[in-house]
Amino acid sequence: MSNILKINDLEKTYTSGSKKLTVISNITFEVETGSVFSIVGPSGSGKTTLLGLCAGLDYPSSGTIELCGTPLQDLNEDERAALRNKEVGFIFQNFQLLPTLTALENVIVPLELQGEKKAAQFGIALLEKVGLGDRLHHYPSQLSGGEQQRVALARAFSNKPSILFADEPTGNLDEETGEKVIQLLFDLNKEAGTTLVMITHDLDLANRTQQILRLKGGKITSNEKTSTI
Amino acid sequence: MSKINSKANFQWLLKMAWRDGKASLSRLLLFMASIILGIAAVVSIQLFSDNLKQNIKQQSKALMGADFIIDSKEAPSKKAQAIIDSLGADASEVNFVSMAAFPKNNGTKLVKVRAIEGDFPFYGNIATTPENAGETYQNLGGALVDATLLLQYDIKPGDSIKIGELTIPITGALKSIPGSTAISSSVAPLVLIPFRFLEETDLLQLGSRKEYQYFFRAPEMDLEGLSKRINPILDAENADLDTHTSTSQRLGRRYDNVSRFLNLVAFIALLLGCIGIASSVHIYIKEKLQSVAILKCLGASRKQTFLIYLLQIISIGFVGGLIGSAIGTALQYAFPYILQDFLPFDVAISISIWPIILGVSLGVFMSVLFALLPLLGTWYVSPLEVLRGSGDPLQKPKKARMAVLIVILLFIYLFSYWILKDALHGLIFTAGIFITSAIMAGISQVFIKWIKKYFPSSWGYTKRQSLLNLFRPNNQTMVLVLAIGLGTFLISTLYFTKDILLAKTSIENKKSDANIILLDVQSEQENALLETFKSKGLDVIDNIPIITMRVERIRGKSANTISNDSTARRMKGIFNREFRVTYRDALVETEEILEGKWTGQFVKGNPIYISITDNVAKDANLKVGDAVTFNIQGVVMETVVGSIRKVDWSSMKINFNILFPTGVLEKAPQFNVMSAYVPSKEGSAAFQRDLVQQYPNITILDLRQVFTIVEDILDKISWIINFMAFFSILTGFIVLIGSVRNSKYQRIKESVLLRTLGAKSKQILEITALEYVYLGILGSLTGILLSLIGSQLLATFLFKEPFVPSAIPFLVFLPAITFLVVLIGLSNMKSVLKSPPLEVLRKEVS
Repeated sequence: MSNILKINDLEKTYTSGSKKLTVISNITFEVETGSVFSIVGPSGSGKTTLLGLCAGLDYPSSGTIELCGTPLQDLNEDERAALRNKEVGFIFQNFQLLPTLTALENVIVPLELQGEKKAAQFGIALLEKVGLGDRLHHYPSQLSGGEQQRVALARAFSNKPSILFADEPTGNLDEETGEKVIQLLFDLNKEAGTTLVMITHDLDLANRTQQILRLKGGKITSNEKTSTI
Repeated sequence: MSKINSKANFQWLLKMAWRDGKASLSRLLLFMASIILGIAAVVSIQLFSDNLKQNIKQQSKALMGADFIIDSKEAPSKKAQAIIDSLGADASEVNFVSMAAFPKNNGTKLVKVRAIEGDFPFYGNIATTPENAGETYQNLGGALVDATLLLQYDIKPGDSIKIGELTIPITGALKSIPGSTAISSSVAPLVLIPFRFLEETDLLQLGSRKEYQYFFRAPEMDLEGLSKRINPILDAENADLDTHTSTSQRLGRRYDNVSRFLNLVAFIALLLGCIGIASSVHIYIKEKLQSVAILKCLGASRKQTFLIYLLQIISIGFVGGLIGSAIGTALQYAFPYILQDFLPFDVAISISIWPIILGVSLGVFMSVLFALLPLLGTWYVSPLEVLRGSGDPLQKPKKARMAVLIVILLFIYLFSYWILKDALHGLIFTAGIFITSAIMAGISQVFIKWIKKYFPSSWGYTKRQSLLNLFRPNNQTMVLVLAIGLGTFLISTLYFTKDILLAKTSIENKKSDANIILLDVQSEQENALLETFKSKGLDVIDNIPIITMRVERIRGKSANTISNDSTARRMKGIFNREFRVTYRDALVETEEILEGKWTGQFVKGNPIYISITDNVAKDANLKVGDAVTFNIQGVVMETVVGSIRKVDWSSMKINFNILFPTGVLEKAPQFNVMSAYVPSKEGSAAFQRDLVQQYPNITILDLRQVFTIVEDILDKISWIINFMAFFSILTGFIVLIGSVRNSKYQRIKESVLLRTLGAKSKQILEITALEYVYLGILGSLTGILLSLIGSQLLATFLFKEPFVPSAIPFLVFLPAITFLVVLIGLSNMKSVLKSPPLEVLRKEVS
């Protein structure tokens, strides 16, 4: 099986005045296409920085990233945006819906960016699939946290991404709602055959993925396959 | 990778701009409101100027009443008369200023008498009550008297008027006549009489200033050719030919100056609105940056995200421009009423498309230009913000910011240049706007730094918190100070300027300052008049002999022998002029010798040393020692420039351009000017009545009345300026409301938090009120102080007058503006104070 994400000797250092702060270093790993991959580690271990770099949201200080067969270092900001639009989906801890757009409008933004003419039709189908068929024209502020995350899920899958990055997808939800959202995420992911890269604190959740990358102090402490199918 | 670039088209960008915009509609509407009034002001002035030009062009003949006029300040010479006769004048007039009396109630008034012969005007009409009086007064042998004057003196058609020795019935009230405005006839209202009665007035004597006018009807004539051919000949004969086209062009230029000034005031209102836009968009975009990051995360390019918000700004600029243009179009109908006293005709309003295009283009262009700086933030925001949310992700690209600032200044310069049609004036205006804004912005920054440095830690909590609010993140202290300050600056400057101008005309109740001037006192009347003064217990302050003369030669050269360059043209003006000259042995307090030596007494055997003013020296290109030959009513007299002196013309004294020493002119035909102080208004009126009865030829200038008229004119002018300033002030308040509203969400969060922690309504109210009190005082005080400096500069360099600032701006404007600011600020807090914290948070913040 080919690898959809290849990370080689990645390092990210922030400079503040004369001080340098290395957030992650010596990071090398690969993610198999279609797999469910989790990154775990304590707060400040560099998980979010790593996710940002993998998705092309940030630039590494050194090292290379190959996403969907494209070396990110060769792309400018807009080319990266276009790649994300075509290949990548996102789910964030705090949902990150556009507050001025309705649920349906939020879901169809990636499709519309692709120039898809039947965006609304797809969007409605997706929202119905996540159980929000009756909330199409509600604004994020009119939805509960769980509902907002379900809209985010629908948006993440709307452009039929090859890879999905999820940053603590249940971090802002209660246990029961979180479990429902995770189940929905796994179901949608399985149905679409998308690669899922997920950051989580929750080891139980991580154990439900196929591979766990452990980070501590910005370095990989382990990268193991789990027994989960 | 370019192949996989987004395929979303322009339609999607429009859709996104609309989707996002409709959720923020109330704020976008507020941005729009900031520029609407500025656009309305610019469009209304532009439309009105266009209409005025059109009207002047169309009504040019009716404005003059003839195709062309030949006029002269004296009875035409033989040569001039021959030209007039050969051209065949269709009507003529002699006009002069004189006292008129109303026998019905013994009222007296200085008037301008126009003795008309013939069927003038040929174009346009004399508007009168009764309507046909303009056509019948010649045949009926009656006078037409200014309608306002009749009202003031309670005189009606049918009553009579006495001018000199002539008493004539009034056949109509004169409302308007071609070539005259309400303002131009306010000092000396018009009285029209048939020419055949002129002799009977017995007023055409020595010293009286008269003007002879000859009106021609020649619709087919090549007026330009005629003017070119005849004017040089007439010039030499002290006469002048004016065609209706040249007169209307001159009139057009005069009103052009007025509309330029009004345009600048309108432009300031627009700029103020743009500052409001820049500030509101700054906060707006800052709040949108997270959405921009999300869009970029989802695959939108920098250009797309930038365009979404740019489209919103273009739309509000476009709609704002449209609404502004519509209001401006409606407003121009108000201008004929506002300017009616200054217009010599009725302005027919028509709507042209050009100012409306200008309004819409200005709306779009200025909104974009001033929103560009904050908009650039969307370009530089990183999609990583979605994960990080650092709070202030707005990058400040120095080069781009600098470029935008330069474009803004360049635009202001080009626009003001377009209005003023003068590169230097445009530059001064731009620099003025820049410096004033920079000072205000600087003061607000210094104030904040000063508070930070010397923070009054001992103050109570509410006072401290309100001070802290001035430099909270996203504070709008600078913008509010700028908006309040500029508005106050405008109002105060107008007020102070009016003060300076009126100070010139105020009469102090001092016996040493004359308030009545008697002109054209004949030599044989002098003693009798002095007796009259004495019998009334009045002191004559000045009794000055006046001799009229013309310059015949300068340095031995006559008008005909000097070349035709620009200096010579100015010199020809000197030759064409009749000088009123006096003689005395000493200088007066309003005079100061600049060059040469003052000679007060003529010494036999020596040349006659005269003293001339610096203005005459400049115009006639004269230096000390130059020979000047005068023609004193037929007698030629050689003199030498002995000294050049400066005269304070602004003083209410009788001043002269040319001064002779004593011992030369005593025997020359002369008349006198006398001045005196008459204590009461009523006493003055009675005294004038007596004088007019006894000495009908004497012209009396009642300075009290003149000052009242000047004050009235200034009031009218300031009303127009105030009307235009109103746009700036109202825009300032809209910007203020916008700024207050922009910080509403943050304030509400803070206030709700305070409420949750147990703060009472009174405390929250106090914190907010105090913050706006600080802002109101800082803004308005800065504005008043800057206007004080500006007015001082105006007083020193433009009006050359001492400036004693009035306390009104400090006592009235400052508290009133601060109160308004506080009121607008507190209006925001109603929902916080009346509702439970959680409800407010859900409603306002979510």
